[in-house]
Amino acid sequence: MLEQHDRKEQPVSRRSFLKNSGLVLGGLVVGGVAGSLLGKQQAPQQPGETPAPTADFNQALMYFSPEQFKVVDAACERIYPEDELGPGAKALGAAYFIDHQLAGEWGFNARDYMQGPFYPGEVTQGYQGRLKRREIFDIGIQEMNNYSNSLHNARFYELTPEQQDTVLKAFETDEVKLTTISASAFFAMLRATTLEGVYADPLYGGNKNMDGWRMKKFPGNQMAYTQIIEQDEFAKMEPLSLRDHQHG
Amino acid sequence: MARKLPKVDVVVVGVGWGGGIIASELTKQGLNVVGLERGKERKTEDYFMVHDELRYALRYEMMQDLSKETITFRSKTNVRALPMRSYGSFLLGTGLGGSGVHWNGQTFRFLPYDFEIRSKTIERYGEKKIPDGMTIQDWGITYDELEPYFDRFEQMAGIAGEENPLGGKRSKPYPVPPMKTTPALRMFGEATKKLKLNPFMMPSANLSEAYTNPDGVSRAACQYCGFCERFGCEYGAKADPVVTVIPIAKKSGKFEIRTHSHVRRILHSGNKATGVMYTDVTTGEEIEQPADIVVLTSYVFNNSRLLLLSKLGRPYDPNTGKGVIGKNYAYQVIRGGAVGFFDDREFNVFAGAGALGMSIDDFNGDNFDHSDLNFIHGANIAISQTGQRPIANNKVPAGTPSWGKEFKAASIKYYTRVLSVGAQGASMPFRHHFLDLDPTYKDVFGDPLIRITYDFEEQDRQLAQYCADKCGEIIKAMGATDKIEINRKLGPYDITPYQSTHNTGGVIMGASTETSAVNHYLQMWDAENVFVVGASAFAHNSGYNPTGTMGALSYRAAEGILKYSKSGGGLLV
Ligand SMILES: Cc1cc2nc3c(=O)[nH]c(=O)nc-3n(C[C@H](O)[C@H](O)[C@H](O)COP(=O)(O)OP(=O)(O)OC[C@H]3O[C@@H](n4cnc5c(N)ncnc54)[C@H](O)[C@@H]3O)c2cc1C
Ligand code: SF4
Repeated sequence: MLEQHDRKEQPVSRRSFLKNSGLVLGGLVVGGVAGSLLGKQQAPQQPGETPAPTADFNQALMYFSPEQFKVVDAACERIYPEDELGPGAKALGAAYFIDHQLAGEWGFNARDYMQGPFYPGEVTQGYQGRLKRREIFDIGIQEMNNYSNSLHNARFYELTPEQQDTVLKAFETDEVKLTTISASAFFAMLRATTLEGVYADPLYGGNKNMDGWRMKKFPGNQMAYTQIIEQDEFAKMEPLSLRDHQHG
Repeated sequence: MARKLPKVDVVVVGVGWGGGIIASELTKQGLNVVGLERGKERKTEDYFMVHDELRYALRYEMMQDLSKETITFRSKTNVRALPMRSYGSFLLGTGLGGSGVHWNGQTFRFLPYDFEIRSKTIERYGEKKIPDGMTIQDWGITYDELEPYFDRFEQMAGIAGEENPLGGKRSKPYPVPPMKTTPALRMFGEATKKLKLNPFMMPSANLSEAYTNPDGVSRAACQYCGFCERFGCEYGAKADPVVTVIPIAKKSGKFEIRTHSHVRRILHSGNKATGVMYTDVTTGEEIEQPADIVVLTSYVFNNSRLLLLSKLGRPYDPNTGKGVIGKNYAYQVIRGGAVGFFDDREFNVFAGAGALGMSIDDFNGDNFDHSDLNFIHGANIAISQTGQRPIANNKVPAGTPSWGKEFKAASIKYYTRVLSVGAQGASMPFRHHFLDLDPTYKDVFGDPLIRITYDFEEQDRQLAQYCADKCGEIIKAMGATDKIEINRKLGPYDITPYQSTHNTGGVIMGASTETSAVNHYLQMWDAENVFVVGASAFAHNSGYNPTGTMGALSYRAAEGILKYSKSGGGLLV
């Protein structure tokens, strides 16, 4: 049900939109649309064909140890829990998303200025630490287990949901005192990446089956909203992903 | 030793809106122009996978790589400046087209008041209205003188709009009609009319219909795709340099673009530049490009920085108020606003365009009486529907937890039910707000970074409060429930939350060599064959986005360069 959307229900398919909207302009098309979009061949698709469900090869670890993964997976689920509205961060794959992000340039702060000298600075001057995001996660995860152990003699993911919330709250409010990193800054990062994992395009490993988008009524990657932009009624649409764009 | 290339007529440093406009105008008239751009080539086809919030909006796909170069910041001179290690307050463009590729396209004209701000403020309120340390000055050009250039920028870009009832006089209507309206915009329109204000559609560089500009460039209409600010446009519908001015310059056969070319020094002897020195970042080679005329279009920060690094012009000294390079750095007071929660209706917030909005200028410039107010100037107040994407938009009513079950439910519920009205506050310059070279931190080549010394002042706090209340009145009149948030408190300037990429000043224009760095053609007083183009020329920042005015000044500068090149030298008058 999730992988197949009837393309006819979509407001406009990319190709018919491009053909019909006069985008192929006569004369000088310097500013015009990418010709490659028009030239692209439709992938052969038989009507009524249902793709067989395949394993999700994306769900393996690039950075976390299995232990770290369990902590993060449990924490994400408390930040964005499963409820009557739909799946939580766990089912949406948010922890895989975070794992994959930390494995890449973002985890290495590759595009951040990381040269010294390092000084503490004022809050308004932003992050001034020398630790990279992946190192902050390493420390933060370890400290979550340490703190859980100190309270309940168990690791974070072994606690009850209520106990987990208490631990997270203690990090959020800096009740946990850490020396190398700020507990609240780590929590803020965990929260932000959880939301990214819930709502980023599924191509990154989270927002599985676009269910995060569905709950929020966000239609994902649509080519155009000209047909609904003026209307008073709310437009409910089945979301589309970048994968649909690549293979559509 | 740097390898020396043959001399060209003009070398342009940075190819965004400024560089693109200069190149197209000069090559049309037969000059040979080389454009040195530190970033990579860009084209519309690059945006096939552009509807990706994470990559473009949150990981800053199109922005300058801060690991190589950033800025440093401190609130005042007795605080140690520290590097902006990751993005926050503003985003720096790089690559062909610069920020012009991923801007929104909100294209305003500054008000007649702006260009003569000091004279007009004194005329109406007396000199004591200007507080100690506020260094506002007239721009050395009037709105009427700049009007034809505003028009040229708008015709070239295809700005969609309608007459602003409180704006400066226009010689021509906008080239294309305003964009479509949405329920939220219509509610804003009705509410402001009810309050006896003067709403008008935001002037937009997202084309409202297919358009062929005076240069013969045809572009398609905007599709309201909702991935605009921070994204490139896959339709070429958003006016950007790559789909407008750069192709025209290229077509002339007289424009050579060299990407991956990072300019590091302006070379000069006596009071003239001889060319520039740059590093080819693909090979590391240092290259000298001699030229008759050097045009800096490398955005506000690098315009100042390159002059300071090259020891060209008189550096500004905040202690004496003397010198000009780095003077009058200003920004935007963007945090006063109001948020309304609409329990009983949902909006198609995911749809939108970068410059889809409606606004009022009743509280902008000197359009209202400031006699009993402790600030000057004001803000354009607007509702905009730029496309709310799901990661960045999780607004919940005050008192809701920021995570967990309750947060999830509220953030999902209100995603489609929140509207906000914002004020884009003007930013006045102060004697102690300036740019200079950082003594400690360096870029990847070992050159000092530019240092910002800046904070919000009482002027800004008063302005933000006043405008926030106006925004609150509007959102109430729009029918928001009792859950309304009015953000009156400005706080200190903080480099971490995104506010706007509306940095201004540093190489300001004016009527006198004592108080300004460039004349009304953006020609340097101290080096007649150097033109410094961009919002760096703004003597203060108005209550609007800068690019309409910056674009007009670029056309003006192009005309000056042509005059200078024909006349064979001297300062233009
Ligand atoms: C997300 C975003 C949204 C915006 N929305 C709006 C809006 O709605 N309305 C509005 O009016 N403005 C908006 N702006 C601002 C607008 O984009 C800028 O005012 C405008 O693009 C500036 O043009 P420029 O040519 O002066 O500078 P840039 O576009 O920054 O171009 C400068 C170029 O110079 C190059 N360069 C810099 N240093 C060097 C060097 N040393 N050597 C070689 N090349 C160099 C850079 O790589 C860049 O390509 C927005 C900006 C951003 C980031
Ligand atoms: S909203 Fe319009 S102008 Fe902006 S990127 Fe989408 S189609 Fe282009």
